[in-house]
Parts: sequence; C-alpha cells; structure tokens
Amino acid sequence: MHMVSCASLSTKQMQIKNEIHIINLTFPQRHETFRHSTTGNETIARSATQKQKTTHNRSKGMSEPFEIKADTALWASLDMDVERFKNVPPTLTQAFTSIFLSQQNRPEKMAYFDEMISNIFSGRIQEMVDAKAEGRPVIGTFCVYVPEEIVHAANGVCVGLCGGSPGSIPDAEKILPRNICPMVKSAFGFKVGKICPFFQVVDIVYGETTCDAKKKTWELLNDYVPTHVMEIPQMKRERDKQLWVEEVIDFKSAIEKQCDKVISNADLQNSITVLNGKRQALQRLNGLRHHTPSPISGRDMLLIQQIAFYDEPERFTEQVHLLCDELDARIKAGNAIAPAETPRIMISGTPMALPNWKLHNIIENSGAVVVNEESCIGTRYYKDTIDTDGANMTAMLERLTERYMKIDCSCFTPNDDRIDQVIREYRASGAQGIIDYTLQFCHSYNIEAVKLRRACEKEGIPFMAIESDYSPEDVGQLQTRVEAFLEQIQG
Amino acid sequence: MTVLGLDLGSRAIKLAALHKGRLVAATSAESGFEPHRQAEAMIAPYQPARIAATGYGRHLAQKHFAEKVITEIKAHALGARHHVSACQTILDVGGQDSKVISLDTRGQVSQFQMNDKCAAGTGRFLEIMAASLGYDLPEFAAAAATSEQSVPINSMCAVFAESEVVSLRNRGFAPADIARAIHLAIAERLVGMLERIGLRGEVVFSGGVARNPFLAKILQEKLGRPLHIPPTPEITGALGAALFLEATL
Repeated sequence: MHMVSCASLSTKQMQIKNEIHIINLTFPQRHETFRHSTTGNETIARSATQKQKTTHNRSKGMSEPFEIKADTALWASLDMDVERFKNVPPTLTQAFTSIFLSQQNRPEKMAYFDEMISNIFSGRIQEMVDAKAEGRPVIGTFCVYVPEEIVHAANGVCVGLCGGSPGSIPDAEKILPRNICPMVKSAFGFKVGKICPFFQVVDIVYGETTCDAKKKTWELLNDYVPTHVMEIPQMKRERDKQLWVEEVIDFKSAIEKQCDKVISNADLQNSITVLNGKRQALQRLNGLRHHTPSPISGRDMLLIQQIAFYDEPERFTEQVHLLCDELDARIKAGNAIAPAETPRIMISGTPMALPNWKLHNIIENSGAVVVNEESCIGTRYYKDTIDTDGANMTAMLERLTERYMKIDCSCFTPNDDRIDQVIREYRASGAQGIIDYTLQFCHSYNIEAVKLRRACEKEGIPFMAIESDYSPEDVGQLQTRVEAFLEQIQG
Repeated sequence: MTVLGLDLGSRAIKLAALHKGRLVAATSAESGFEPHRQAEAMIAPYQPARIAATGYGRHLAQKHFAEKVITEIKAHALGARHHVSACQTILDVGGQDSKVISLDTRGQVSQFQMNDKCAAGTGRFLEIMAASLGYDLPEFAAAAATSEQSVPINSMCAVFAESEVVSLRNRGFAPADIARAIHLAIAERLVGMLERIGLRGEVVFSGGVARNPFLAKILQEKLGRPLHIPPTPEITGALGAALFLEATL
C-alpha cells in the first residue's frame, strides 16, 4: 500500500531484492549462504494444507525429506511480495535441516513441532485466514506483557510478531535508524517489505512501551497496519498497578471492539484456565529438561518456546504434554540427548525470536547443552500463572494484572526480582555457567548484566555476557568466547 | 620429540617450538589466503612433531594437522604464566581483537573480555590509522612519542576515526600530534577494559601490538604499574598451545 512495488524496480534491484536471507547459517566452520530456487510444489502444498486443520498428523520416519512448505497463492492473497518471499522457505528448510534434523536421538514427539515449522508459512497461515473468515480477528503482539488471555476470551487469535531474521533488516533501515535493536528492525522490515505472512494476516497489532525503540517504531508502523499501544509502567508501585489495571481494561475494550464480542466472566475464566494450562505445560517441559543428563537439546527447547507464540494454545498444550510424557519415559530409561558429563549452560537475557538459533547452535556445536532460557521466549513467558479465584470481571482483571506484573523485564526499575530469579533458575536447571545474551542496543538488559555479573560472582557462578545481533559476522568471535567459557567451566 | 604450538591469527600465524619444556624456536608469517598451507610450510622444518593449535584458525588446523586445540584465552593464560609465574592479568592486543584475561592464583581463567564486533583498540585499527597518516607501524609509534601536543580525537570506530584523521589533517594538525592522540585514545579504551575486569597480580601485555613502545609506555603511566612484555609478545598464544600439549603428554 505504501511501498514501491517490485514492478517499478530495475532488473538489478529486483535481483538484489530477491536475495532475502531469512537466516544466515551459523555453523562455526561453515559460512555458506544457501540460495535455492523455489521448488515448484506450492500448489500441491496448498491443497494439502487447506484440508488439514490440524498439523500434527505427520508420522515420523517417512521417507520424504523435510520441507518448509510454500503457498504462493495464499501469499499473493495476503498482498505479500511473493517474488522475494518465495526464496525464503528453501533457505529456511536448509537451515532447519542442518541445525535441527541433523541431531541424533531426538525425541520422537518433536515431529509435531517440526510439522509446525514445515507449515509455518502455509498451513498455519491458512488456519489464521480461515479463522478470520469465521469472524475471529488476528491480533499481533511483540511482548509477553500483552495479555493473550483477553484475546483468547474474545475469540481472537493472538500471534507474536517479533522478528529474528537479518533478511528484513535492510528493509527497516530504509526508514529506521541503523543503531537500534535488531528485533525491532527485523519486525518492522517484515511489514515494510511485505515478507512475513504473519504480519500480513493480522488485523491489528498491539504494541507496548517496554523500550524506546519499540514505542517510537509503533508510531511509524501505524502507517502500514493499525497499531495500538498499551502503556507498561516502568516501576511496580501501587500507583503503577492502578495505571496497569486501567491499561488492561482499555486493552480488553479495544479487543472486544475488534472481535465484535463482549467478553463474559465465563469467557475470561475459561481463557485464563486455557492459558494457565499452556504455561503449566511449558513449566512441566522445562522441569523435565532440567534433568541431568538432558533428555532434550537446548535448540529443540528453544524451538518449542518459539512455536508457543504462533500455535493454537490448546493444541500446543496437548502436544507439549505428549512430549513431556516421552521425556519422562526417556529419563526413566536413561535415554539422554548428550552424555551426563556434557557441560550445561543456561542462557539469560533478551529473547531469541524465530529463526534466531545462532547462539544455541554455537553453544551446542561446541560440545555443551543449553539447559534453560531465562528469556521472554523462555521462562519469562510461562513461569507465572494467573490466580483463578477472581469472582467477577474486576477481580479477574486484577488477578490477571498481578500475574503480568510478576514478569521481570529489565525495563523495570528496580528489578532485583529478576536477579533472584536468574539464580533460582540456574540452581534448578543444574547449569554450570550462565551466558547472558543481549541483543545489540538493548540498553536495559545490557546494563542489568552488570548487576547480574556481580550477583553471579558473589554466588560463585561462572558468568559471561555477550552482545550480538542477527548477522553472521561475529560467529567466529562468539565461538571463541563460548569455547573459552567452556574451558573455564571445565577447569 | 618437538612440541609445536601454532596460533593461527587473523593477520599472522605464529609458531612456538618446545623441546623438553624449553622454547627453542619462534617464527611468524602472514596468514595469507590459505592459512593452513602457510602453517604447513611453517611446521615442515620441525617434523616429526606433536602439534597443538589456537587462534581463529584452530579448527582448520585440527582438520589438517593439529592433534589438540585450545582457545586463545586459555593459550594466552598458559603462555603468560610461563613468562611471569605471578601473572593474574593479561592484556592481549592482536590483529583482529583485543582481550583482557583475569586469572586466579593457580593460573586458571576466572574471567575474560573481548572487544565486541568492532575493530577499535586492535592491531588492525593501528594499521589503518598509521596508513592514513602515511607511516609504517614503527614510524607511527616513534612519531607519536615525539609529540607533546594534545589533539582531541573522538571516534574509536575504525571507519569514523579514519575520516576524523583526514579532517584533523585538513585543519592543519601535525601528523605526529594526531598519531599521539590515536595512541592515547586506544590506551584509554584498553585501560577501560582492564579496569572493568579488575587488575590483579602481575600484568602481562602480549600480542603483536605489545611491540609498540609508545603504547606500552602510556599504558604503564595510565595504569600506574609496570607491564611485563614477553621478548616476542606475539608468540604468547602459540607458546601456550605448545605448553598445553606438552602437559598432556
């Protein structure tokens, strides 16, 4: 709508535009960028996915190779830049195959999550298009502070839109300053370039004020998609809670209006139960994962936590429990993803949005296993549930707000609860060291790492802070740091 | 048998040869476009030998000829302690990165920091700045030492600093004064890295940049304590790798 269409560009510009790299492979000793032509299977993929309401019927061990499916007709209907985007699924297929499917002895129930990735740009998008046709609007969010229980109660679909790819950053940098957070740039670039089907499918996005880069970007994003903003305070005093409750009430009104549905007490009660269930399933999974030796790899865990932001909550919860049952059995049978002596690393810090698998890949290729993510795409998303004793709407919204107030993002001051939480998770996960991950230009997490380091020194916990973005250029440096950190842990 | 340590760095490959625990030879050569071939040529005179590798090219070396690899961090810790047994702080400034390593009293790495994705405060930065003033590296340090003039230099980004140097020259500042300002700015940055990690015990300054006498002088002044500079400072990592392998034999 606001963008120059491809037709007005020269052939050379077109070629450049066509080379989106959704992920740069971060294999320590291989710096290959995969460029593949499209597979031509889009129509078949589409007819298959259209009928397929659930996406978990792929049986493990089939001979057909993994593929992230394309659906050019669907993308065209969403006003995407199809010519550019059609290169993305093959590239991501390559990355996913080498990072995830190359693992030995993966849990079988990962098949569902692999299927979710296979359908990420096709089947899952079709489900959202179908939901919209049934009068269920799709609400895009960028932060774990936006209460998805309310979207669920209004019968809407909630999807996380955080960007984790370097491929869309050049699009964003045509407008935004370069020296801001890569996650904000990646997300904004997806919309500007029309190269993210999730962004194209949403009816509105609901941003928040958890950082300066985000809150000012929302003003610009509003030119492309209706963008609402929820104010999240920066302190947690009684008066801040009052403001917060009012923001939640405003959010509810806006969602009710968008979904054309008044949320009843029973609706909200039910949605709170559903999303509590989802968070409890993830808690159970993370608890099993903490077992030494680890029954599941860190990268598979990261993947599941990323998928949590775009899957249907009930279906996702069920599948997480099925995986948990398998992990339970694996633990009892002594079946681990890596030997007991494998160094165990916990990650703390900023989120890793799909398809940002860079650090996990480096760590696990250096011979360690990641055993916890203290992150928004990690425990911050599911460590707390909502107290269900709210008797009426007012009380329920207050309980809901109290739960969201427990999220310990570094945008708050003071934020000492987070320091304690990191130490707690370190102990619970049986980790031997913490790697604190800050996205470049995320000042609040970067500065909070100073306090975290001090706390870790006091507790005798090996700690290393790194700052990185989505580009592959620092992979060599990061690999050296990670290996040196592992040497340090192993003495 | 001879034990070789090879440090495959971004700008140069360094070799240290140990015989019965004694350093018997040290050589270095530019990394070139095919570092492992360059390295193979360097090790040829010492064959048969046991070989350990460190540096950016360590995994490449392992693929071709090295039996053990360790990171630069651990290698520098071992190499620095070999020179100064009470060393607890290492400042290593190489071609592509600078690092500060803190050791406990037993010589184990307790903390380390490296410069982030940025050339500032590295050997490469000095090379670019020297070239922009028309000096080679020894001339650059020597010129800086002759100046007593303060020139403000603000940028530590290699790209911006280069344009800042151009603009300072166009404003009529003498090249020697600009050279001094660049040295002071780098020293400031390195001191910041050292102080952030905390100075402990004896301090060893290693890496090719430790050969710059003016930088070493102002670093000692700013830190208010002596820096130990090994006789061939660029070899410290290679020596550490060799010592590591020897200890496992």
